[in-house]
Amino acid sequence: MNQSDFLKVVLPFKDKVFRLAKRLLVSREEAEDATQELFFKLWKSKDKIADYKNVEAFAMTMTKNYCFDRLKSKQATNLTLVHSNYEAKETSLDKKIEYQDSVNQVYKLIEQLPDQQKIIIQLRDVEQYDLEEIGKMVDMKPTAVRVALSRARKTIREELIKKHNYGIS
Amino acid sequence: MESVNIEKIVEKYFEGTTTLQEEVILKTYFTLGNVAPHLQEYQPLFSYFATAQEESYTKSIQLIPKQSQRKNRYWMSIVASIALLTCMFVGKQQYDEYQQQQEVERLFAELSKGLRLLSTNLQKGEQAVATLYTYEKAVQKITE
Repeated sequence: MNQSDFLKVVLPFKDKVFRLAKRLLVSREEAEDATQELFFKLWKSKDKIADYKNVEAFAMTMTKNYCFDRLKSKQATNLTLVHSNYEAKETSLDKKIEYQDSVNQVYKLIEQLPDQQKIIIQLRDVEQYDLEEIGKMVDMKPTAVRVALSRARKTIREELIKKHNYGIS
Repeated sequence: MESVNIEKIVEKYFEGTTTLQEEVILKTYFTLGNVAPHLQEYQPLFSYFATAQEESYTKSIQLIPKQSQRKNRYWMSIVASIALLTCMFVGKQQYDEYQQQQEVERLFAELSKGLRLLSTNLQKGEQAVATLYTYEKAVQKITE
């Protein structure tokens, strides 16, 4: 497998790897470094890649494990908490500020979830993998994934409703 | 899409039983605006997911430079071990030379000490012979 073959296989999911890394490591710089390092690792094990049926799932699992290691290591203790402002599209101007605020709110709510749920929400609601695939990536049964997913979504909903009602009354 | 239908899908969504297609329906419904008032509280959630999907890794992926760095380290270790070996070899030689010189100096010192001892003793003998000689002369004078 030469370099261009390799890139052809891995480039389609580089953004997914990056987004998962960012979800877990929070800072953009950290996530970029992690992505670079992960693709370098993949490149090193390129001979094995040919044997994998699903390179993408393998890469996502690797990303998850790598990020956990980073979080555990001392290097990550002085992480800076940086999050970008998400731009909301197609909203009227007067509502925009309030709206953006609540979109950012969602980001923070996901931030507060346990790591496992964070990953599952990321893989499902952002990357749109099916439960079977997610199960393989996080080493869980699909039903367990579904339960965790439902729990995470409900937690977010409760918090959102709390905020929403607070805004009204 | 009717809001009743959407409501049903939302319920399923929170149970985690929606299919991917249904989730796409939800996403488009909530991001296109025109959301029924009682469903508005879910809007931020789905618009967040929609925007989160657009984030991308903008840097290019480097596969070569890191590898050469690693190769460098490999060569560096070889060079370092060769340097260490040469140092040890040269050092050992120098040390041996020094030891040899020390040994020669020690032998020389011992030899000269021995010779000095010999010469002083010889001198003593000579003196003794000289006194003996004068004694002999005196004896000869008396016997004449």
